[in-house]
Amino acid sequence: MCFRRIGLLLMAVVLILTLLCPVLAAEKYPHKPITYLITFDPGGQSDLEARRQQPLLEKYLGVPIIITYKSGGGGSVGWSELANSPADGYTIAGNNIPHIILQPIERTNAGYQTEDLEPIAMFQSTPIGLAVLKSSPITSLDEFVAYAKRNPGAITIAGSGTYSGHHLAYLQFEKLSGAKYTYIPFTGAAPQVTAFLGGHTMAILANSNDLVQHQDRIRILAFGGVERFGALPEVPTFRELGYEMTATIDRGVCAPKGTNPERIKVLEEAFLSIANNLSIRQQMLDQGFVPVAMGAQEFKKYIAEKTVEYTELLHNLTAGN
Amino acid sequence: MENVIFAVTQIFDPMNLILLVLGGVAGIIVGCLPGLTATMALALLVPFTFTMPAASGLIMLGGLYVGAMFGDAIPAILINTPGTPSAIATTFDGYPLAKKGMAQQALIANAFSSLVGGIIGTITLLSLSPPLAELGLKFGPPEYFWMAIFGLTIIGTIASDSILKGLTAGALGLLLSTVGISPIGGDVRFTMGLVPLQAGINLMAALIGFFCIPQVLEMIETGAKEYQVIQYVSQKGLLRKTIRELIRKPILLLRSSLIGVIVGIIPGAGGNIASLISYNEAVRWSKNQDEFGKGTLDGIAATETANCSVVQGSLIPMLTLGIPGSPAAAVILGALLLHGMQPGRQLYTTFGGITYTFILSFFLAVVVMFFFVALGSRFFARMISIPYQYLVPGIVFLSVIGSYALRNNLLDVVMMLIFGYAAYILRKFGFNSGALVLGLIMGPFAEQGLVQSLLMGRAAGSIPKVLFGRPISLVLIGLSLLSIAWPIFSAWRERQQHRKITMKEGEIIDG
Repeated sequence: MCFRRIGLLLMAVVLILTLLCPVLAAEKYPHKPITYLITFDPGGQSDLEARRQQPLLEKYLGVPIIITYKSGGGGSVGWSELANSPADGYTIAGNNIPHIILQPIERTNAGYQTEDLEPIAMFQSTPIGLAVLKSSPITSLDEFVAYAKRNPGAITIAGSGTYSGHHLAYLQFEKLSGAKYTYIPFTGAAPQVTAFLGGHTMAILANSNDLVQHQDRIRILAFGGVERFGALPEVPTFRELGYEMTATIDRGVCAPKGTNPERIKVLEEAFLSIANNLSIRQQMLDQGFVPVAMGAQEFKKYIAEKTVEYTELLHNLTAGN
Repeated sequence: MENVIFAVTQIFDPMNLILLVLGGVAGIIVGCLPGLTATMALALLVPFTFTMPAASGLIMLGGLYVGAMFGDAIPAILINTPGTPSAIATTFDGYPLAKKGMAQQALIANAFSSLVGGIIGTITLLSLSPPLAELGLKFGPPEYFWMAIFGLTIIGTIASDSILKGLTAGALGLLLSTVGISPIGGDVRFTMGLVPLQAGINLMAALIGFFCIPQVLEMIETGAKEYQVIQYVSQKGLLRKTIRELIRKPILLLRSSLIGVIVGIIPGAGGNIASLISYNEAVRWSKNQDEFGKGTLDGIAATETANCSVVQGSLIPMLTLGIPGSPAAAVILGALLLHGMQPGRQLYTTFGGITYTFILSFFLAVVVMFFFVALGSRFFARMISIPYQYLVPGIVFLSVIGSYALRNNLLDVVMMLIFGYAAYILRKFGFNSGALVLGLIMGPFAEQGLVQSLLMGRAAGSIPKVLFGRPISLVLIGLSLLSIAWPIFSAWRERQQHRKITMKEGEIIDG
C-alpha cells in the first residue's frame, strides 16, 4: 500500500517534470541549433569569417551552429530569405554594409528592405583603398587628381560590381575631387585584381586585404576608413587628404526584424566576445582586415547614418543626369 | 632541394597518405554526383583542415580536387550526364561508347588521360609557374571577349548536323545567360518579379536539366527493348589494350594537357571551357573526324586530359600571385591564408617545404586515383546493366537533390525540370543541348569582356585599338576565323575529292 502510494507520487512528479520541461526549455535560449546563413558562395570572405567564428560560437552558446549558403544577386537572394524567416533567433545571416543599404535603394524589388534585417553585431571592417601600379608615374593622390583633370575620363579604375561599395566609393571620389575618371566594373576580386595587375586598367579601388597581398607590386595612394589602416600605417586616409569619405566594406550579422530583443542580446554578447578575442583579432590584422567589435545599438545607428549618406549620393547622381 | 626532400618525406607519411586517399575518394564521389561540385566539397572540407598541419590539410584538399576531375566523367559516360561542368564534352563520345558496350574502355580511357593530364599539369606547375602566371596577367577584358567568341565557334563542331539549328541553340543559351543581375550596370533582367531569379540561371542546374532529364525520358520511351541491348560485358586485358591505344597518340594528349593548363591559368575560365576547346581541337586535327560524337576514345582522351590539367593550371596564378584561376582554387587560397601563408615568393621560400609537399602530392594523387578508377571501371560499368525501371527513378532522385543542393534554392529544381522537358522537345527537333550549354557558359564572358573593352576603349580614345590591336586578341581572332572557315574548307575539300572520284568513275564509264 505504502509502496503504491510512493510509486504514484513518483509518477506524478515525473509527469509534472516532463510537462514542465518544454516550458523550462523555452525559457532558455538557445536550446536548439542556430542556422547561420551566408548570402555568398562557399569559400568567400563571408564564409571564411563564419567558419572562423563557428567553433567559438558553439562553445559560447552551447548549441550547434549550422552554416548554410544561399547565394546570388550579390547577396539579395539570401537576405530576402532571411527577411522571410521566422524571427525566433534561430536563423541569423551575415550582414554586409553597404550591400544591404544599396540593393533596396537601387532595385525596385530587392526582395527585402534594409529595415527588415535586425543588426546584431559588426565584427570586421575592410577599408577600400585606391592604388596604381609601382611602374606608374603617379606617386600621390594629388598627382592622380591633377592627371585626371588634364585628361578627363582617361584614367580607368577597376572596381568590383555596380552600385557596390567600390562603385559608391568611386562616385564619391569623383564628386569630391571634381575630376572625371572611367569606372570599369568586374565581377569579383579575382578578375578585378588580375585586370589591374596586368595593366588593363590604370588604377584600382579594392579591399584592403586584396591590396595587402599585392603590396610589392602596387602603390596605394589612399585608404578609406576613419583612422589609418593598421597594417599599412604609412598610407594616408582620404579624409586626411581632404576628401570627406570613409569608404569601407563592413561585415556583421543580423536577424529577421521582430526577433525578441533579449535573444538579440544573447547573440550580440556571443559575437562580441569573439570579436574581442585577441587571437582572432590578430588573425584578421594579419590577413589585411580591421577587427571591430560593435554592438547592436551602435551598429543600427551606423547603418542609419550610411543610409542617409548613400541615399543623398545616389539622389544627387540621378538629379545630375 | 631540401624542400623537395622534406616534401617527399611528408607525402609518404602514413597519416598523409590516408588523408590523400580519403580526399581523393571523396572527390570521386562528389564528382560522380551531379549537383555536388568540387568547389562546394572543398569549402566544406576547409574547416576540418584547420586542426591539421598545413601540409596535411593541403594534401587532402588537393586529393579531393583531383578526385573530382576523375569522378565527373563516370556519369558522363554511363548515363550521359556530366558530374561537373568539366565533363560536358565527355558526354559527346562517352555515352555513345557505353551504348556500343564499351563503357569499360571509356572509363579506362578517362582514368588514363586524367593521369596524363595531371602529370603534365603538375610538371608545369612545378617548373614554369612564374612566367606562366605573368602570361595569365596579359589576359584582359578584350582577350576574354575574344576567348568567348572563339569558344562559341565550337558550335560548328558539336552541331555538325545543322549549323542553323546549332546557332539557334547557341543564341538561346546566350540569352538565358543574361537572366539575373547584370554583371555590369547592376540591372535586374528577366526575373519576372521573382527574387530567387536574381541569382540567375545556375549552370549546373541547367546542365542536370539538359542532360539528365531528356536521357531519362528517352529511357522510358524506348523502354526495356532498347536497354537490354546495352549490356555490359566484362572482358579481360582491356586495361592494357586501351592504354596502348591512347599512348599511340602522344600529340593528342600533350595538346590537350597544354590547353588545360593555359585555360586553367586564366581566372574565371575553368575545366568546362578547357575540355570543350580541347575537344574541338581534337576533332579539327583528327584524321577520322567522322568518328567523333559516335563514340571514340580520342574524344574522351581530349576532354579528360584537359580538365585534369586545369587543376594545376588554376593553381599557378594562385600560388605565385594570389589570384585564384578557378573557384576551387579560390577555396584553397582561403585555406592557405587561414594557415597564415601569403601567396607569392614567401610560399617558395619560408613555406617552401609545405608548398612543395602540396605540389608534389599531385603526382601521387593522380596515380592513386588512376588505379581507383581504372581498376574500379569494371564495377562502375556494371551500373549500366541496372534495369531501367530502377535506374530511371534513381537518376531523377539524384537530379532533384543535386539541383537543390547547389544553392538551397527550390527555384533551381523547378528550372532544372523546365529545362529538362524543353531539352527533350528540342532534341526531338534536332537541336543540340551542347550548343545551348556552350552559349550559357560563354555568355557572361562575352558580355563582360565586350562592355569592359568598350569602356576601356572610350577612356583610351580608340575602341578599335583596344578590341583589335592587342597581340593575344589577334591570335584569338585568328583562331576564331580559322575555326569558322575550317568546316567550310573541309567540306570543299571533300567535295573536290568526291568530284575527282566521280570524274574517274565517269572516265571509266566513258572508256
